Amino acid sequence: MGLTGRNSREAQRKAAMAVLAHSEAGDIAGHLAAIAVPAHENLREPENGLVMVRGRVGGDGAPFNLGEATVSRAAVRLATGEVGFGYVLGRDRQKAQMIALCDAMVQTTELSGEVETKVIGPLRAAMIADRNRKAAETAATRVDFYTMVRGEG
Amino acid sequence: MYVAVKGGERAIENAHRLLAHERRGDRDVPELSLAQIAEQLSLGVDRVMTEGSLYDRELAALAIKQARGDLIEAIFLVRAFRATLPRFGATEPVNTGEMQVRRRISSTFKDIPGGQILGPTFDYTHRLLDPQLADGFVPEQPETSEARQAATPRVTDILGRDGLIEPSPAADADAPVGDLTREPLSFPADRDLRLQNLARADEGFLLALGYSSQRGYGRNHPFAGEIRFGEVEVEFFAEDAGFAVALGSIELTECQMVNQFKGSATEAPCFTRGYGLAFGQSERKTMSMALVDRSLRARELGEEVIAPAQDEEFVMSHSDNVQATGFVEHLKLPHYVDFQSELGLLRKLRKEFAEAKAPDMQEAAE
Repeated sequence: MGLTGRNSREAQRKAAMAVLAHSEAGDIAGHLAAIAVPAHENLREPENGLVMVRGRVGGDGAPFNLGEATVSRAAVRLATGEVGFGYVLGRDRQKAQMIALCDAMVQTTELSGEVETKVIGPLRAAMIADRNRKAAETAATRVDFYTMVRGEG
Repeated sequence: MYVAVKGGERAIENAHRLLAHERRGDRDVPELSLAQIAEQLSLGVDRVMTEGSLYDRELAALAIKQARGDLIEAIFLVRAFRATLPRFGATEPVNTGEMQVRRRISSTFKDIPGGQILGPTFDYTHRLLDPQLADGFVPEQPETSEARQAATPRVTDILGRDGLIEPSPAADADAPVGDLTREPLSFPADRDLRLQNLARADEGFLLALGYSSQRGYGRNHPFAGEIRFGEVEVEFFAEDAGFAVALGSIELTECQMVNQFKGSATEAPCFTRGYGLAFGQSERKTMSMALVDRSLRARELGEEVIAPAQDEEFVMSHSDNVQATGFVEHLKLPHYVDFQSELGLLRKLRKEFAEAKAPDMQEAAE
């Protein structure tokens, strides 16, 4: 695979992992049930740990340590050899394992499309809908100084 | 000195059993669920995550429940828990400029790109107790309106474009990021360590220090340049995957204080900055943090250190409520031997005093 191909595959994996990380474990499991999951083994048993969350001085300057967050991680290898990784905030090891499994499947030519249409796509749509709802609620609290003077005089 | 005292085992066991009973309260009243605490006492959860220095809503809710609502005890529990897990590494620094903003206000400019967004706030409420909330109140669904796609740049970035405010200190690729959970504090401390210390510092302590700076104990002339709260993506460079993976998002509050000028013969005067960042919706905390961060820059900015808020050793050594609680509350532990020696000394002193007084008494009697 050329550099461009690898970069686009990596971008696809990152995007899929981001959607999965934002989704509820139950929803991921629900969508995964629609796929005939191939044979696989745990390369890394799902485990809990911490990451130190970093901020930047002034928001854009030198980094500093803000505080830790719980994370779970897992690694899965398909019988066909693809290795997938799962990293996610929180202590749900099953969720990390499902993300790793999806990441492995995204790397296969056979299953990549199916994972996108049956798992990632619907979860992405739900994630965007949730974001849009929050953005619309937030937008209603925007102070509109111009509206306040409209209609006078 | 305190000594181990044997013999209290049964009393301790029964005291803990009584504690569990009292914690539960009247058993005819339904038990609190962690979801209820996480959803309905969310600002308490945010504080426990921030000062416990661990982002995990469910654990913070459990800690609050276990601590019977004593937030400092809950923070202690969370700190103790974090010691049980391995650390996989540090995240990429979060980008608060890309925050999905839930609230964003500036007290320095009325018309900021992206607008003044009030979000869920206690501001402008009348602070009158609401009897409706006492039982079964169902709030209206929130109003919605069309969200603009416009970016919400930081106010400090806007000021920075014209050079009106000092730039943030640039990252030094060679300098490791200080971590006070790994190395003991030493002074003077760099800004990264100071900010880490302030981020997990007791809110009340920082509030009082920030307030003292406003009242003239080390004035720094602050304006709330911007306060924003919302969701920020967290990425972690996974060695095994070979790229930065998205871990999900966390809620953060950020405060940028804009403070009075610095300048010199060679540098044009510009505003200076104080910075606050905390988990969850922690506005009072981040505002206080930003005030104290600015005060602690006195040495760097060539200001006279005259007030407690400017004294980094004083602030950083006393800001941690788990450490402070440990030392204050250890006074409850048996100090029988110490006290016996003090008592012995006092008796000796009193005896000497009485003996010295005795001849006078005799003289007086004569």
